[in-house]
Amino acid sequence: MSFFQDPVAAISELISNFLNGLLPQVWADLIMTLLGVVVVSSFGLIIVIFLIWVERKIAARFQDRLGPNRAGPYGLLQTFADMVKLVTKEDVIPEKADRLAFNIAPILSVVAVLLIWAVVPFAPGWIGTDLNVGVLYIAAVGSFGILSVLMAGWSSNNKYALLGAFRAVAQLISYEVPMLITLMVPVLLARGMGMMDMVEDQALWFIVLAPVSGIIFLVSSIAEIGRTPFDLLEAESEIVAGYHTEYTGMKFGMFFAAEFLHAFTVGVLFAIFFLGGWRGPGAQDFPLLGVIYLMLKAFFGYFIVMWVRSTLPRIRIDHMLALNWKFLTPLSLALLILTAIVEKVFEGHAWRVPALLIGNAVILILSYFITRAASRRATKERVTFKKRPMAKPA
Amino acid sequence: MIPLSWYLYLSAGLFGLGLYAVLARKNAIAILMGVELMLNAVNINIVAFWRYLTPQNMSGQAFAVMVFAVAAAEVAVGLALVISVYRRRKTVDASEINLMKW
Amino acid sequence: MTAEQGVFLFISFVILFSAYAMVTRSNLVHAALFLVVTLFGVAVVFVLLDAGFLAVVQVLVYIGAIAILMIFAVMLTQDNAAKEQESLNTNYGWALLLSALFAFALIVMLGQWQDAGAIAPALGAERDTVVELGAALVSPAGYVIPFEVASVLLLAALIGALVVARPQKKGM
Repeated sequence: MSFFQDPVAAISELISNFLNGLLPQVWADLIMTLLGVVVVSSFGLIIVIFLIWVERKIAARFQDRLGPNRAGPYGLLQTFADMVKLVTKEDVIPEKADRLAFNIAPILSVVAVLLIWAVVPFAPGWIGTDLNVGVLYIAAVGSFGILSVLMAGWSSNNKYALLGAFRAVAQLISYEVPMLITLMVPVLLARGMGMMDMVEDQALWFIVLAPVSGIIFLVSSIAEIGRTPFDLLEAESEIVAGYHTEYTGMKFGMFFAAEFLHAFTVGVLFAIFFLGGWRGPGAQDFPLLGVIYLMLKAFFGYFIVMWVRSTLPRIRIDHMLALNWKFLTPLSLALLILTAIVEKVFEGHAWRVPALLIGNAVILILSYFITRAASRRATKERVTFKKRPMAKPA
Repeated sequence: MIPLSWYLYLSAGLFGLGLYAVLARKNAIAILMGVELMLNAVNINIVAFWRYLTPQNMSGQAFAVMVFAVAAAEVAVGLALVISVYRRRKTVDASEINLMKW
Repeated sequence: MTAEQGVFLFISFVILFSAYAMVTRSNLVHAALFLVVTLFGVAVVFVLLDAGFLAVVQVLVYIGAIAILMIFAVMLTQDNAAKEQESLNTNYGWALLLSALFAFALIVMLGQWQDAGAIAPALGAERDTVVELGAALVSPAGYVIPFEVASVLLLAALIGALVVARPQKKGM
């Protein structure tokens, strides 16, 4: 393959030939693996700089203002300015804080997000590691992020940070459930959990085969990353600043960067699972085009996340948990059962796609009616008065 | 290549540490953590035996999954009990929770 | 010393050290964090044993759910008045003796077993252990009955935990 057709393969062949001449095989493989790790994680970290700028500009446009436009052309250097500011701030650690946990929590938060990038298929043949349980791996490393929230809240030695951490963890572990169940729907449709197979099986994008599951995945992922409307964790009018109240300087910068990177990772995952990943015209021959398609679709997902953030108001914690356990979880379970049954019954038939679409539509309409009836009943219960003894004329 | 005995020694050591935690710690939650260590040691044992002796038969991994399920169920109920006891007795010290009814 | 042996020795040192640290810390949150390190080490051991699915499930279930539940319980039941309590009860001498004896007996017995020096047989290149595990868990000739019983057990645990930990209302 020529260099332009597959640059990554060409460069890695060059480097591995060079290393194999110098070192024994084991060390050469180790260095190649480490190089791969460095490349993938650098990609993730460098793109955060761009993401923060995109977020601020687009949020500003939604709010009918311009956004940062002073630091560099179109405000492109604003993120650098922010990072410089955060680095030069004083690093305050509360007196009775638990030092080890306090320092590790922001690092763990960034690590949890970067670990997801190890299984993202960028193009045919370009993937960090093609695990055959890639989908479950993504679910598993999400739990490191939850651990970092708990550590941050606890080690701050601050009642309000701890309360904020409890509420944050309650939200995060609750919304993991519908996210995992709706992740099982693409696994069913692709007959496997490997990420590369997931993309290669999407001749017809899974958003067409399982639209409601895609929407539920997006909603629960937005709750997982702690964005509006689910941003009780860090809202300005809520418990000071939640679990990162006591964090200053670059430690807060790491939480900040981790949140933006997680939002973009949600866009990437939505693109991989439901929008066809790197698939597009010409992507099989030119892997670079595959990366471009994936990034375009990921930015589309990220744009939806930002759009929802700029538009919807925050929901209260009891409404949020009720939404999760009473609506999203049963709905996602029903969709999983429907997809499993249709996949088995209509295996290989031409009627598979219409059957899935009709099934999704039926479940959506049924859930609408059930939710409406339930909310009517709730309203009726609240409005009815208790009978009180009335004064009667003697 | 790693001989099977290394995995068995590791799981025996982990089991001993878990047993010590269960028998010697005061706090009820620390005792539950010791039980988790013991269950993990058993899991390493099961999967090592599966891999080395009968890799074609999936029963080793299937029962490791059962152990996961049982451990999760036990931790959930155990911690619910601990929190309920804490509400009444205001302590989770296992040597102080020694009366059935007070 | 191959790379695999080196990795195994390193990770077993990590596991045993953090298990020892977990067992001896009096600050329970630190103990819970060391438990997380131990559980992660066990997941790495599963990867070494070619059981990748189990490794990921270990992280997901143990670290993602059980460890977080333990940390929650520790934070909710911590007695703030007595911060630095003694971690060991009065029987710790006997406990130490008994557990050391038990571990030692296990090690000696396992070392003398004839198959203990066995080397791992080759797995076969095209085997997909995840598919086989899935088939074994739901096939009637496999382990579908333990699987279903485990789900009933989990349901019972879910309901039981809810009922036990519910705040008691007066006059209920």
